[in-house]
Order: sequence, then structure tokens, then C-alpha cells
Amino acid sequence: MSALVEVRDLARVFDVSAPWLNRLVERKPRQFVHAVDGVSFAIERGRTLALVGESGCGKSTVARLLVGLHAPSRGEVHFDGQRIDSMAAGAALRALRRRMQMIFQDPYASLNPRWRVLDIVAEPLREHGLVQGAAAQAARVGELLRSVGLAEADAQKFPHQFSGGQRQRISIARALATEPEFLVCDEPTSALDVSVQAQVLNIMKDLQKARGLTYLFISHNLAVVRHVSDEVGVMYLGRLVEQAPKAALFSQPRHPYTRMLLDAIPDIGMSGRARTPVQGEVPNPLDPPRGCAFHPRCPHANERCSRERPALATFQGIRVACHAVEEGRIR
Amino acid sequence: MATTPAPAPPVSAAATPLLEVRHLRVEFPTRRGTLLAIDDVSFSIAPGEILGVVGESGAGKSLTGAAIIGLLEPPGRIAGGEILLEGRRIDDLPYEQMRRLRGRRIGAIFQDPLTSLNPLYTIGRQLTETIQTHLDVDAAEARRRAIGLLQATGIPAAEQRIDQYPHQFSGGMRQRVVIALALAAEPRLIVADEPTTALDVSIQAQIIALLKRLAREHGASVMLVTHDMGVIAETCDRVAVMYAGRIVEVGPVHDVIHAPAHPYTAGLMGSIPAMDGERERLAQIEGAMPRLNAIPPGCAYHPRCPHVEPRCRAERPELMDAGATHAACWRVAAVAPAREGTA
Repeated sequence: MSALVEVRDLARVFDVSAPWLNRLVERKPRQFVHAVDGVSFAIERGRTLALVGESGCGKSTVARLLVGLHAPSRGEVHFDGQRIDSMAAGAALRALRRRMQMIFQDPYASLNPRWRVLDIVAEPLREHGLVQGAAAQAARVGELLRSVGLAEADAQKFPHQFSGGQRQRISIARALATEPEFLVCDEPTSALDVSVQAQVLNIMKDLQKARGLTYLFISHNLAVVRHVSDEVGVMYLGRLVEQAPKAALFSQPRHPYTRMLLDAIPDIGMSGRARTPVQGEVPNPLDPPRGCAFHPRCPHANERCSRERPALATFQGIRVACHAVEEGRIR
Repeated sequence: MATTPAPAPPVSAAATPLLEVRHLRVEFPTRRGTLLAIDDVSFSIAPGEILGVVGESGAGKSLTGAAIIGLLEPPGRIAGGEILLEGRRIDDLPYEQMRRLRGRRIGAIFQDPLTSLNPLYTIGRQLTETIQTHLDVDAAEARRRAIGLLQATGIPAAEQRIDQYPHQFSGGMRQRVVIALALAAEPRLIVADEPTTALDVSIQAQIIALLKRLAREHGASVMLVTHDMGVIAETCDRVAVMYAGRIVEVGPVHDVIHAPAHPYTAGLMGSIPAMDGERERLAQIEGAMPRLNAIPPGCAYHPRCPHVEPRCRAERPELMDAGATHAACWRVAAVAPAREGTA
């Protein structure tokens, strides 16, 4: 098996400085947010990697870097053996872009309210010149709508005539139009109710099985991640702190932050059982702590953690960035 | 501050429930006719009890909360039924009396902690103003109490932070301030509408634990409105499940989660990805909740229900005794002796 998607030392810095005049008058320094700071991972064909983390950890930025909605500040993105982050715009890049698509979080904002579903789903077909003629286009759109559990006749309706879950299915149909191999899903179900979320997650799993799709699945909901993923990466303040196969991560989390996240989930199974409350909050990304970014909240932190930033190291197939794990202080 | 130990979750209304809602109807007059958003909802909350209200968007759970605290957005209005707090009707109070009651007897916590706070006032001013509005204390005492409340909600360095503005607090800290505000006048009832939805999971756990502890310490009852079953499971004594403006099932939290009687509750539980055990596919409920202008006749859930019978299409079930819980479903009537009952 080979990796379909691979990123190496990916980083993205955003300039969030005050305007030039304010900097001059108020003597404010330039400010930068390291939204993504040296992330590396690979996704094998037909598999799902989930990235989890709390707001501001950089998971959505990673998604956008992969599909080219942001340019990386550093690092490389490889797709099917070709480096795509530095590729010049042109036919070759367009051909590669056709093979990756994205599904966004908010199905109310990602569909043009003035377009019929037919035009929305057919847009990538027209853009990439994949079908010729109105009849062929309508037939293809009908086929796509059926594959996500909608009716062919829905093509003539407008987005406002659909519920949130149905809109998200339209988004999926649009993403599938170019027959991509790789789908980047940025919180595809977090705007949906649970019963509708179940419909969308089931469709995504069925499509993966039928078409051999590869997913990068971004979510803050660990229960959803457990349901859909093969491999899970946990991010904290722009860095990957742990990456492991799903079963290993959920049965034996290594990094203290992963343990904390798992502990924090309210679970309907443990009715009445008290959980360990988590301490502290995510620090300001403008001024991240020195050393390991998690050390101010970590129960196992020592002097080394506040001084030296741990690198991702591999232990028994699990990648963890933690001094305490590396030194065997926690297991 | 009476620290009464939490009573065992009562199945039916105890001698004097703190809050009693009887046959509540909320409607929205529109140009195309009147929409019935809450249709004959009855429930009660015992002193010290935490009642969870769950349901999907549009089920009417937030509207029920808004009706109780008297903050229905016009043109929404209470069209029928009664709301009683400690045995006294509060739904027909004049605006000014309701305003005094709100804050003093009923505290409210909303989803978005930023919009619940005035950005132009320090949090200390907002807290002392609330305290002095409802309690007869001088400014120094009010400030002392405000600092005490901030400390109780786990805000570090409360003496300094009391003079800061809302924007200087993070999301989780703001929600702590909102909880402190809701508790300021030691209300008997707290209506919390999705208090953790805008927060990250690690913060969510802290806020839930805090809410639960403070409710117990102050002996206050809580009506917790949320769509998150996990939060309900960890916090509540009893839970009411709402669908299309009606309560479809109500009962002790453990029974509703582990042995639901209503097919909708069962479907809802099956559709939640579980943290324990693997499921290849999630149970899914086909379709979506009906819109208010197209509520089906009979049981509103019948078009999506896997157990639908002819009777479900024609006749609307009321809440019936279903053993541990009460459920509005004809299947329950078939197995249990049909006994009318409100929870």
C-alpha cells in the first residue's frame, strides 16, 4: 500500500499585526499566529485519517492547505507521488485538483442560494469539462443525487427547499462530481442534528466502500471520529501531539492531552458516573507557552517540558510528542 | 444557602413541585396562519431536581424554556396552559413583575456567553447591579458577594478580574461569569439553554461539573435544555424528550437512555456514535422532523416510525405509563394497561 496523500513539515503562519499606522503610533510589534507548525502525516489509499482538536488547534487550516485554499508557509504536500504545493497553475495542476474535493462544515453557507441544485452539482463538471451537452449533464447530476440518497427530481429545486442534512448530501454530491479519489471533510456533520448526522456519516462510509475513497476527516467530536476513522491525529496549538490507529488511540491514549480529551467526553453509556474535570484552557495562540505547548495544563509536566519542545517520536507504531512518554514517566 | 441533599429523582410530581407546566401551548401568528410551536406540553420539576430537555433543532425545547422565563420573542405567545412557580401562576404576570421574578426566583443561562454580557460594563458592575436589583444590600456587600460568586465559579484571581470587561475573558471564563450572574440572587430555578454548546469539549466538562455542583450547593432546580445526550446523561435526574412541539417521552435519565419506550427516543439513542463498543453503521432515522406548518395528523412521528400502525396515523397518543418512563406512543398502550398520566 502506498500513501495517496503525504504532508511533510507543513506550516502556515498568519500575519495578524495591527495596521501599519497603529504599529507606528502605538509602537506595537508585528504579530504572527503559527496556525499550523510542522505537521507531517500520510494517508494511505482507501483509508480515513481524522484530525481532532479543540477550536484554534489548526485542524481546519491543515484541510485548507491540502486542497490549496491556503498556500503553505513551509513544508510539502504530496498527492499520488507528485508534489503539489509548489506546482505552477496549469493543466497538470487542474488534473490533480480534479482528484481531490472538499466538503465544508456549514451546508447553509456552502451552497449558492440562487442556483438550482442542478447547477450547483454540475458546476465542477462544467469547470473541468467532464460532460458535454445539457442532457448528459442532467443525467450525471441525477446519478450523483441518487448516490447520496436524494431523488433525481431534486435537481430542479433550490437549496432553501432542503433541510440541513439534505443540503450536506448535495455538498457531497457536488464533491463527488469529478470522481475524486480524495475528500477533505471539514466538520461535515457538526452543524447537523444527531439523527441527520447518522444519515450523513452512513452515506460517507458507504461511498468510501463503493468507490475506494480516501478521507481526511476534520472534527472536534471524538465519538464521530471513532466511528469513521482508521487513523487518528490529535492536534494541539498547531502541532500534531499524537497519531495512532483508531483502536490504539481510544483504548490506550498516550499523550496527556489525548487522555484529557477522552476523559472530557460526556458519554451516554456512563450515565451517572462522575468524570474527572479537566483543568485550564487552551492558551492564546498568539503567545503559546514555551517548551511543550501543553505543559501548563499537563499533570505530568516537569522542568524539561517547560523548556524543551518534544518532537514526535514513534513507539510501537504510535507517534507521540511527549517527554513524559519518551522517558517512561507515564505509560 | 440551604444545602439540602439531592432528593432521589421523583418519577411523578412530588407534593409541591417547584415548577409546574400544564398544557402549555405556544403559537406564532404568521401571515399564512398560526403555527403551533409548543402543543400541550406538561411537566414538573421538583425542588433540587435537574430536568433535562432534549430534542433536535426545532423540537420546541428552547421555546419551552423561553416561555417559562417570560422571554418569548414576539410574535410568539403563550396561547394556552399555565406555568406555576412554587404554586403561583407566573405566565400571566405583568411585564414589570415578571422582570423582578426573573433573576430573583428564576436564573437564566444562554448558549452564547458573549451576547449575554454587556460589552461596555465591567463584569463587576453587571454582577453588583444584578445583586442590588434583587437583594437589599449595600454596594460594598454586593461587591463582596460578586467576588464570592466568581470564586465559586472557579475564576482565578477574582478580586482583580472583577474589574475587567467581558472581552478580556475567554469563552469558558465568560460562561462562568454568566453562571455567576444567574446565581447572583440565589434563584430557586435555573433555566439553562444549551449552556455548553458554544464551548470546546474540555471546557464543556468543566462547565457541566460546575453547574451541577452549584445547583446542589444552592439547592436550586435546573431545567437543562440541550441537544447533547451525553451532557444529559451526566447531569440530569430526569429527562424529557421533545419532538415537533410535544413531549414524547419523560422519565428517569437512566431508563430513558437505556430502555427507551418511544421509538423516537430509541432512534435518537441509536444514532449517537458511541464511545464504547464498535458499530459498523449508525441506526438512522429516515427523513427529518416535520416543519411546523406540516405536522402530520395522529402521532407526529408516524411518517418516520419503523413500528407505525394504522392507529398512529389517525389518533394522537398522549403520554402514557410505560413502566419506568412515560411515553406518547400507541405501542406502549398495547403492552401496558392504558392509563392516562402526565409526568
